[in-house]
Amino acid sequence: MAIITPLKTAAEQQLAEQFANIKAELPGAGAMRKLREDAFSGFEAKGLPHRRLESWRYTDLRTLLREAKPLVRRPARSQAIADRLALQTIAGRRFVTIDGLFSAADSDLNGLPAGGSVRSLAEALTEAPDAIAAAFAAPEVARDDSALMLNAAFAQDGVVLDIAPGTTFEQPLVLLALGSGQSEAAIVSRSLVRIGAGAKVTIVELQENVGPAPVQINHATCYVVGDGAEVQHVRMVTRQRAETVQVQSLLVELGGHAAFDSVAVAVNCGLLRQQSFLRYGGEHSRAALRGINLLRRREHSDVTLVMDHAAAHGESRELFKSIVDGEATGVFQGKVIVRPHSQKTDGGMKSHALLLNDGATMFNKPELEIFADDVVCGHGATVAQIDAEQLFYLMARGLPRPQAEALVLAAFVGEVADFVSDEGVHEIVGREIDAWLAQRDGAPRLGAA
Amino acid sequence: MLEIRNLTVKIADEDKQILNGLNLTVNAGEVAAIMGPNGSGKSTLSYVIAGKEDYEVLDGEILLNGENILEMEADARAAAGIFLAFQYPLEIPGVATMTFLKAAMNAQRKARGEAELLTPDFIKQVNGAADKLGIDREMLRRPLNVGFSGGEKKRMEILQMALLQPSMCILDETDSGLDIDALRIVAEGVNALRAQNRGFLVITHYQRLLDHIVPDTVHVMSKGRIVRSGGKELALELEKSGYAAYGEAA
Repeated sequence: MAIITPLKTAAEQQLAEQFANIKAELPGAGAMRKLREDAFSGFEAKGLPHRRLESWRYTDLRTLLREAKPLVRRPARSQAIADRLALQTIAGRRFVTIDGLFSAADSDLNGLPAGGSVRSLAEALTEAPDAIAAAFAAPEVARDDSALMLNAAFAQDGVVLDIAPGTTFEQPLVLLALGSGQSEAAIVSRSLVRIGAGAKVTIVELQENVGPAPVQINHATCYVVGDGAEVQHVRMVTRQRAETVQVQSLLVELGGHAAFDSVAVAVNCGLLRQQSFLRYGGEHSRAALRGINLLRRREHSDVTLVMDHAAAHGESRELFKSIVDGEATGVFQGKVIVRPHSQKTDGGMKSHALLLNDGATMFNKPELEIFADDVVCGHGATVAQIDAEQLFYLMARGLPRPQAEALVLAAFVGEVADFVSDEGVHEIVGREIDAWLAQRDGAPRLGAA
Repeated sequence: MLEIRNLTVKIADEDKQILNGLNLTVNAGEVAAIMGPNGSGKSTLSYVIAGKEDYEVLDGEILLNGENILEMEADARAAAGIFLAFQYPLEIPGVATMTFLKAAMNAQRKARGEAELLTPDFIKQVNGAADKLGIDREMLRRPLNVGFSGGEKKRMEILQMALLQPSMCILDETDSGLDIDALRIVAEGVNALRAQNRGFLVITHYQRLLDHIVPDTVHVMSKGRIVRSGGKELALELEKSGYAAYGEAA
């Protein structure tokens, strides 16, 4: 039998050259250096994720990534960055990365309340590489994910946020990741958020781009949630260039009796893969991953998630709503794993999509892998058009078609947005939805009572 | 007010013809009732007047105050004064009833070139109209028609009619699903809107509703056309004799 040696794509070759050139300069010695080397060897063996891998079936990165752009090495400053930083969209402490590099000068580091500490990943890796290296280990269910390997190999900076046990933050903490878009480049970053036992916090991740150049983004945020801690998480990916290729990984390790509630919003997202790997490390924990995808033109949004019930009495909820217009593509792949000893697991997964155009596509793939016998798990997936009867009813009351459609669409995704409990953040999410709906065929803004 | 001439209609995606050269006139200030057996085309007529897209008009015209409305979309017809109280009002999850009412009232005002309602005026109008129909304020905060009982949905239709002040009201089986008390409240709501400059087309199977909303004229519909017209006594006669005489079983 002939041994088939897969040919490397141009992008894969470029990545190999880049890694060889800069690995000595990447922060983190000792265990971290070894981890980067191993991660890159793993990547080289697998190559870029492609459609023959079930978990990447609908987002063929190997084909999509024609060339690997050079890694951003220096923070860029532009008027657009300054203008964006001047806007405080959410009332809350803000920690800023620009092109993946932590900017202490732009972050609210002074007078941080007791119980919270923030520093850059590069700094943390330099000071205590071995401690941080542990956080770079991929979760079991994502061990084969070569995008995550690439992230571990190249991630040069990000935010390390520690919340002390028992601390409650009234205002959200905002991780603002700005892309300068000044040149075609790659941004590889990783943030680490450790939430101590019993702490309560809202964390908002904003991914925005302000410049004209399309970029390649590979970002991961790891959450380690202590026993009894409660986290509300919101991620918004907005204002991306159409040609931007982006992988966002969310890695969550939950303690016992903990709660993690997430809403992920993608609006003007270019090509986006959001992959989430959540592991129940302790009993009686609950987690919810929810999301809104508003897609048009040739945009592509892939939501892939794995809920790994590795402990008993866990509760998981997923609810994703997608509106797909133009020739855009939406993907939902959700997998709930219930390990043999994880009895009394309660899982519910739903993905609903509305297609507004004949050229629009939605792939829904819910999966359950249940190895325990005393569990309640269910899933539902729908793909539909706007209900013609509802539209007629609204129009028969005098609402012009665009306004009637906008009302129905806003209500459709509003169900998810309403899970954002922080009022200020909820308002920002609503504003993004309204702005997107208003751009459809000159549809007017909604009048609210 | 409303003049329908030789209206011939089929279902858009099928060959099935529902209305076969229907002629009907409703004058300003008149309450006209249409009675007829199941399948005679009563609901289709109401949908075609309101502008539903599932039908294809093969021939004829519908004139509202002399203007043919057949080319208008449903929202333009509403702004021109057509109002259909649905037999089965739609549930719109996620849209608060108040939000919907305000959007509808302002859309019609805008289409007529009027200024938007100020919120205090709007709330005052809605509360006043809701109180008259025995509609709980709490209901107005809930998503439109979601989880409402049959009677509540019908009351909500009449509330919308009262707020939008249309010139031509079409009531499609408004009595279905109502108990006696609800029927009385709804009928009172309709009667309160009777006016010299407003026409009503009341579609029903049964005489019962017409005891409460007393019509000026009664039309019998069968096989997609009006086969007999008369005064309110015609309804009583139908109640006794049924529709058999008009070529269809009751």
